[in-house]
Amino acid sequence: MSGNILASNPYNRLRAIKDRLASIAVTLGGIGVIVAILLIFIYLFYVVLPLFKPAEVVDRGQWDLRATGVSLMSVDEQNEVLFLMKHNGDATFIRLADQKVLKSLPAPVPARFSVESTSNPDWLLTVTRDGGLLIAHQVYKQRFDAQGKRTIEPHLETPFGDTPLEVLDSAQEIVQAAWAMNEDEASVALLGKDQRLHYIRLNISENMFTEELELEQEQWTLPGRFETAAIQSLQISLDGRWLYVIDHDGEILPWDMSAPENPTQNNRVHLPGQAGVTSSRMLLGGVSLLVGADNGRIYQLFPVRTRGNDYQLQLIRDFPGLDDAVVGIYPEQRRKGFVAVSQRGQAALYNATADRLVRRFDVQEDAIQAITLPPRADAFYLLNAQGRLHGWQVHNEHPEISWSALWEKVWYEGYDQPEWVWQSSASNNDFEPKFSLTPLAFGTLKGALYAMIFAIPLAIMGAIFTAHFMAPGMRKSVKPIIEIMEALPTVILGFLAGLWFAPWVEHHLSSIFGLLILLPVGVLLFAWLWQYMPDRWRDRGQAGWQGLVLIPVIVVLVGLAVGLGDEMQNWFFGGDFRRWLTQEMGVSYDQRNALVVGFAMGFAVIPTIFTIAEDAIFSVPKALSSGSLALGASPWQTLMRVVLPTASPGIFSALMIGFGRAVGETMIVLMATGNTPVMDLSAFSGFRTLSANIAVEMPESELYSTHYRVLFLAALVLFLFTFLVNTAAETVRQRLRNKYSSL
Amino acid sequence: MVNPMRQWWRQGEPWIWLNAAAVAVCVLMILGLLMLISARGMSHFWPRPVLQVEYQQRDGGTVRFLGEVTDREQVPAQILRDNGEAVPEDVLQVERLLLKTGNRKLTGKDFNWLLEPRIMAVDMPADAMVVERHEWGNFYGFLLDILQDGQRQHLQGEALTEALKAKVELAQTLYEQIKHIEKVEIGGINYEMERLRLKKRRHELDGTLTSEVLQQLAEEKKVLDARYAELEKARNVLLEKSNHDALLFRTADGREVTLPTKVVVRYYQPNTMGFGQKVRHYFVKLWEFVSDEPREANTEGGIFPAIFGTVIMVIIMSIIVTPFGVVAAVYLREYAHQGLLVRIIRIAVNNLAGVPSIVYGVFGLGFFVYAIGGTIDQLFFPEALPAPTFGTGGLLWASLTLALLTLPVVIVSTEEGLSRIPKAIREGSLALGATKAETLWRTVLPMASPAMMTGMILAVARAAGEVAPLMLVGVVKLAPTLPLDGNAPFLHLDRKFMHLGFHIYDVGFQSPNVEAARPLVYATAFLLVVVIVALNLLAIYIRNRLRERYRSLEQH
Repeated sequence: MSGNILASNPYNRLRAIKDRLASIAVTLGGIGVIVAILLIFIYLFYVVLPLFKPAEVVDRGQWDLRATGVSLMSVDEQNEVLFLMKHNGDATFIRLADQKVLKSLPAPVPARFSVESTSNPDWLLTVTRDGGLLIAHQVYKQRFDAQGKRTIEPHLETPFGDTPLEVLDSAQEIVQAAWAMNEDEASVALLGKDQRLHYIRLNISENMFTEELELEQEQWTLPGRFETAAIQSLQISLDGRWLYVIDHDGEILPWDMSAPENPTQNNRVHLPGQAGVTSSRMLLGGVSLLVGADNGRIYQLFPVRTRGNDYQLQLIRDFPGLDDAVVGIYPEQRRKGFVAVSQRGQAALYNATADRLVRRFDVQEDAIQAITLPPRADAFYLLNAQGRLHGWQVHNEHPEISWSALWEKVWYEGYDQPEWVWQSSASNNDFEPKFSLTPLAFGTLKGALYAMIFAIPLAIMGAIFTAHFMAPGMRKSVKPIIEIMEALPTVILGFLAGLWFAPWVEHHLSSIFGLLILLPVGVLLFAWLWQYMPDRWRDRGQAGWQGLVLIPVIVVLVGLAVGLGDEMQNWFFGGDFRRWLTQEMGVSYDQRNALVVGFAMGFAVIPTIFTIAEDAIFSVPKALSSGSLALGASPWQTLMRVVLPTASPGIFSALMIGFGRAVGETMIVLMATGNTPVMDLSAFSGFRTLSANIAVEMPESELYSTHYRVLFLAALVLFLFTFLVNTAAETVRQRLRNKYSSL
Repeated sequence: MVNPMRQWWRQGEPWIWLNAAAVAVCVLMILGLLMLISARGMSHFWPRPVLQVEYQQRDGGTVRFLGEVTDREQVPAQILRDNGEAVPEDVLQVERLLLKTGNRKLTGKDFNWLLEPRIMAVDMPADAMVVERHEWGNFYGFLLDILQDGQRQHLQGEALTEALKAKVELAQTLYEQIKHIEKVEIGGINYEMERLRLKKRRHELDGTLTSEVLQQLAEEKKVLDARYAELEKARNVLLEKSNHDALLFRTADGREVTLPTKVVVRYYQPNTMGFGQKVRHYFVKLWEFVSDEPREANTEGGIFPAIFGTVIMVIIMSIIVTPFGVVAAVYLREYAHQGLLVRIIRIAVNNLAGVPSIVYGVFGLGFFVYAIGGTIDQLFFPEALPAPTFGTGGLLWASLTLALLTLPVVIVSTEEGLSRIPKAIREGSLALGATKAETLWRTVLPMASPAMMTGMILAVARAAGEVAPLMLVGVVKLAPTLPLDGNAPFLHLDRKFMHLGFHIYDVGFQSPNVEAARPLVYATAFLLVVVIVALNLLAIYIRNRLRERYRSLEQH
C-alpha cells in the first residue's frame, strides 16, 4: 500500500529508495557489528589452533653422496651445508643444493673415530689412532655479496691447535668415548681396550699475552674394570658431573664425578622388562639421558635429588611408538625434543617435556650410517649404509604442548617429583619451558573464591534489604551509590589494595578478624536495644531506614575493632599478629595475599551481584508479597517463604555473573598479589591468575611462538569460561523475566 | 506470655537489621574509599611545615634532619627489641615517623624512619627552605648566599631574598626557552629529517632513486641542517647563560651545598608562609599537576601527557563506537526479525560486557596490532621496516580495542532507549505516511538520543578507567611526544601514548621510588575517580530524566 503511494511521484520514489537504502545500511551495519564480535572468538581460536596440529614431515628427496665410513654428520642452520666426518678423521662440507664439495679437510692425524659433545654438536672430539685427542669446532660464516646474495663459508676450526692432546700414558687403543664441552671446561670419558675407564677434565683458559686458548688437563681413572664388549656406550652430562656407562643388556651405571679423584658409583638402573639397549643420547641441556631399547621404546632418565640430599638416577618416562629396536636417537638443538629411528626404518619425532609422540613416519632405510637434525629442527637427514643421503622437511612448530604439559603434573628436569609449574622463559637457551596452566587456573579460582566469600553475604543481604525493606527515599540514593561503586576503575581498587590496604592488613590482622565477629554481634545488640527507643525514633527504624541508622553504629564498631585488635595484638601476640602467625604457627605470610585480593575484588563484584539480585527481588510481583502479608505473615516470613524462592534463579544468576567478573579481573590481582604461581589455598599467600599472567607476559612474548599461543589459549579459556557462565546466567534471567510477566 | 526476645527473633527482626547492616557496610565502604582517595590525593599539594629534628643514633651520637613528616605509624616494641633497640619493658608500641628529608643526591635516600623516643628536639626554623628541582627530587636546607660564576655575593636578609627571586626567575625563563628550542623546534626538525630518510628509502625500494631525487633530498636536508645548526647555537648560548648563577645552601647536617639555579623548579619557605600564601602555593602546585609534564621518572611534576592521552584516546574511541553501537542497536530493535536468532544475539551482546577486558587486549594485540598493523606496514610503510609504524601498539589500535570493549555498553543502552519509546509514536509517524527510515530518523532517533548519550558517557567512563587491555595495545609509561602536535599530519594515530590508569599502575608498582611517588599516585587516582564519578552521575541523571519523560509520554 505504502509502496503505491511512494511510487506515485519522483520525490516519493526518492523517499522509497532512501528507505530501502537505510534498511540495507542498518542491516549491514548491524550484522557487521555482530560479526565483529564473533571475530574475537574466531581469531582467538585461529591463533590457538596450531598448538594442537600434528607435525608435518615431507620427503625432500635422496642424493647419492657415495659417502662411506662416516661417523658424524651435521647440517648448518640454513639447511644449506652438510658436514660429514669419517672414522679416519677426514672431513668434508657439501652443499646440499647441488652436492658440490665445498671443502675437503683431510685428517691432520689418522683418527679412530669422533664424537659430538653433549648438547653442543658443533664441537667434535676426535680420538686419534695413537690415543690422542683433537678438538674441532664447526663454524659457518655467512657472507653477503654486493647483490645481497648470501653464501655460507663453512670451516672446521681447531681452537686448541692441530696437535693431538696426549692423554693416556701408553699408546692405548680407545674403544668408547663421550665428552661434554661448556664455556670453561670440557669433560671427557674414555674407555680403553684394557677395560679401564678414564675421566679427563680439560680446563680452558685464555693466555693473557697471546690471547690464545689453552687447555690444562687433569686425569683420573675409575676403579674397577669395564667389560668393553658389554658396554653399548658412554654418556656424560653437560656439566661433566654424571658419567653414564650403558650396557647392552639394559643396565645403566651412573658415576658421580663431582669429586673426580674419588668417583662414586650411584644406583644402578635396569630398563624394565629385560629390555636391551640399542642406542643412547643426552637430551638438550645435558641433564636427561635418552636410552633406546630393543623393544622400540625410548627411556628418559635423569638424576633426582632424594631426601638425604644425594642423587639417584631415576627412570622418568618412556616413549612408545616404534615397533622394533631403536637404533638411532638424535636430540633437537633448541628444544627438548628428539627424533628416533628404528631398525626396520620407522622414525618418530618426540617431545620429552610434553611426553608426546609428535609424528611418526617411515624412512624406509634399514642400515643407517648417521642421522642429524639441523639447529632449527626444521629438517631431518639420514645417511644410509650405501652412502645415500635422504632428507625430509619438518614442520614442527609447537611440540612442547600436549594435554599433559598444560594440565597434568610433569616431572621436569631438576625437580624432585612431578609438579605443576608455570615458568615460561629463562635466560639460557637450553631451558625447559614449563607451560602448566593448572597453577594459573588454580590461582584464578582461588582469587574468585575469596572475592565471593567476601562479596556474597554483603551483596545478597544488601540486595534483599534494598529491594524488600528499604524506604523508597533511601533506595533512590543507595542505588546510584552502588552504581558508582561498579564504575570505579579496578586499577584504583588494585592500587589501594596493594599500596594501602595490604600493609594495613599486615599490621592489623587481628582487627580484621575481630571485625568479623564484632560487626554482626554489635549490630544485633544495637537492634535489640533499638526496641526500647522512644516510639517516634523507633518507627523510623521500622519504616526501612535501618540502613541509615546503622551507619554511625558501624563506624563506631569498626573503630572499636581496630582499637581492640591492636590491644589484642599487644597482649596476646607479642604486638604483632602477623609475626606470631609466621613464627609460632609456621604460616607463611605474603603481604599481598588472597585475603587482600578477596576484599578488593569482592569490592569490585559486590555492585554486580547487588544490582542483578536487587533487580530480581524487586521485580517479584507485588501481588505475591501483598498476599502473604495479608495472610498475616511477617515481612521477614514473606521474604523467606515467598519472595526469595521466586527470585532465587535471579539471585543465582547474579552470583554467576559476579563470579565471571571475578575470574576475569586483571588489574586488582596484578597489583594486590605477588603474582607468584604457587598452589595453596591459604588466605595469606599470593597467587597468579590467568589474566594477570597474560598482562605480565604478553608484551614480552615473541610473535607466534609457543609461549604467545599458550597465552592466547589462556585468553580463550577465560573467554569461553566467562561467556558460558554469563550465557547460562542470562538464560536463567530471561526465563525468570518471562515467569514474572506471566504471574 | 511470649518471651519478647523470642518473638523478636521469630519475626525475623534481627535478620532485617543484619541485612540493613550489609547495605550500610557497602555504602560506607564506597564513601570511605572516596574519602580516602580525596583526602590523600588533595592533601599532597598543601605545603607542610619543615621540621628540624635532633635525632639520637644508636651509637649515642646525634644527627640533625630537616624535612617534612609524611607518615606516622605504631611499631610493636617487640620487633624493635629483636632488632637490638633498647625499649623499656612496659612499652608495647613505639611511634615512628617517616621524614621526607630529600637531598637524595647527597645522602642516597629521600626518606628516613625516625623512632619517637630517640627524637631529642624538634623545631621549625623560619628560614628552612624547600627547593623543588628538575632532577634528584626535593632539596631541604638553609640559604646562605648566592654565587655568581662561583663567587660569593655576600648578600643578606632582604637583598638575598630579592636576588634569589630574580636569579631563579631568570633561570626559569632560560629553562623554558631552552626547552622550547629542544622540544618544539629541534623536535620538529628531527621529525622532518626522519621523513626525508623514509622518503629516500621509499624511493630506493621503488627503484626511483634518481640523481634528481637525490639532489632534491640533499638540498632539503641541507636546509634542515642549517636550521638545526642555528638552533643549536641559540640553545648553546642560552645554556651558557644559565650556567652562571648558583645558590649556596647549608644542609641540616652542616654541609655546604651549591645548587645551580637552572635546576630549581620552585622554592618556598613553608614555615613562614601565611595561609593565603599556602593557598596560592596549593593552587600553583595543583595547576602544575594537571598541566605539566612528569619529572623524575613520573614521581614528580605533572601528568598532563597522561590526561591528554586518555582524553584523545577516549575521543577517538567514541567516534568509532557510537555510530556502530547505535546502528547495531537499531538493527536489533527496529529492523531484525524478532526471532530466536535476535534473542541469541542479544544475549551474546549482553555477555560480551562480561568478558574479561584482558581478553579484548589479547585480541587487539593479535588482530589489530600484529595482523592488520603488520599488513599495513608492509603495504604502505615498507620504508620504515623493520621498525614498525602501525605494527606496534599505538593510539589507533588502543582506541579500536576499547571501542570493541565498550560496544556492548552502547548497544545495550541504546536498545533500552529504543524499547522505551511508546509504540504509538512510531505508529503515528507511519500512519501519517512517513517511511520507516523517516520515522526512524525524525522521531525515534531524536527521542532515543539521550539514551545514546547515556551509552556513550558510560562507554567513555569505562574506557577512561580501563587499563589491562591498554597495557597490550599501546600505552607506555613515558611517551616522548604527544599524539597531537604541530608536525603534519598533526594527529599521529601510530604513536604510543600515556594513560591515567596505566600511570597509576606504573608509578605505584613499577617505580623505583614508590614511597616518593605515592602522593602523586593518590592525586592521579583522585583525578581519575572524579572524572569517572562525574561521568557516571551525568549518565544517571540523563537516564532518570529520560525515564520520566517517557513515563509522561505514555500517560498522555
